[in-house]
Amino acid sequence: MSQTLEGLAAIVNEVAGTPIADITAEKSFVDDLDIDSLSMVEVVMACEDKFGVSIPDGEVKNLRTVGDAVAFIDSAMSA
Amino acid sequence: MTAALRLPEPRPGSRILATGAYRPARVLTNDEVAGPIDSSDEWIRERSGIVERRWAATDETVADMAIAAASKAIASSGIAPEAISMVLVATITDSLQLPSVAALVADRLGAKNAACTDLAAACAGFCYGLGLADSLVRTASAEYVLVIGVEKLSDFVSPTDRGTAFIFGDGAGAVIVGPSDHPGIGPTIWGADGSQHDAIKATRTWIDFRDNPADTAPPTITMQGQAVFRWAIGEMTKVCHQALEAAGITVDDLAAFIPHQANMRITDAMVRALKLPEHVVVARDIEYTGNTSAASVPLAMDAVLASGKVASGGLALLIGFGAGLVYAAQVVELP
Repeated sequence: MSQTLEGLAAIVNEVAGTPIADITAEKSFVDDLDIDSLSMVEVVMACEDKFGVSIPDGEVKNLRTVGDAVAFIDSAMSA
Repeated sequence: MTAALRLPEPRPGSRILATGAYRPARVLTNDEVAGPIDSSDEWIRERSGIVERRWAATDETVADMAIAAASKAIASSGIAPEAISMVLVATITDSLQLPSVAALVADRLGAKNAACTDLAAACAGFCYGLGLADSLVRTASAEYVLVIGVEKLSDFVSPTDRGTAFIFGDGAGAVIVGPSDHPGIGPTIWGADGSQHDAIKATRTWIDFRDNPADTAPPTITMQGQAVFRWAIGEMTKVCHQALEAAGITVDDLAAFIPHQANMRITDAMVRALKLPEHVVVARDIEYTGNTSAASVPLAMDAVLASGKVASGGLALLIGFGAGLVYAAQVVELP
């Protein structure tokens, strides 16, 4: 598990109570992890704090899966 | 040399003397609003924490509700209506554009010595009014101020808008603010972010509707839910901390937290972010009242007091935030 995925899983677990083991790259936030649009805002804000990146409102809709979010965060951190 | 101007002696503080609430009789359940937005009771509860909301009768006006709430506040305060020097009515939903609601309310209540004005700060309106009332009383520009938050949002809801149809309710809350020998209302922290003007707004102007009646509908309220949620739980938590700091207290000194009843999810997120201790009573009036914009904080305050869970003199953190975007927060001593 990459460090980013690990950190994101901890956030999703805190916001939605999803078991960490279930939070894998291919999972969809909405369909698999019970993250609705308001919970997604909380996940995004927690990611911004934890990883020191900015995730604009317009970008959030593109983050469909956990893998999408990890890729976005990794690329923003290396930018 | 020009003559020096004289000012009245300032007062050491102001406080809320009494509250009054008016909740319309008609209860609207989640099942009633769920149909047109293809939703369900469960989805609405999960999304907002709302179980039901109150809607005013068709012929019930913003002024009617304001008068009902204010009469209770005046009766409970023990002051005579003639002693009120200012009536401030916070509302954005009076369908009669002019004159002000405040002047009519003052007349009907017998507050014949009062100056009167309405103020438009949406869901922050009541906390704006309270901040103004505190300043008016402390500077001795007024002795007693009647502050009312009142909305008839049902007139401006689109039953088919999934983002708002289930959220809004109607009602009125009022307080009497008067002189105190110590500060009973802390400094108001207020501000605006007009760059988010579009986040909560009317769908169109009345002029647009007048000029294109065939192609448009009358204006209703529309909201960018995610943007507002982000702003509320991020920025408004900071404003809460500023209001506590300005009043010289911490969350441990609070007896109650009475935020604008925007959405239970926002309240929950703010409570977590503020790390409120267990003993702090959190107002959750939205459950059976819905989001009543300017009326929500005084209605929620009245409900907290009626619950008997908070003693008179306890400190409450109030915060209003909404369309503008605008916000105002202050710590108050409960009556």
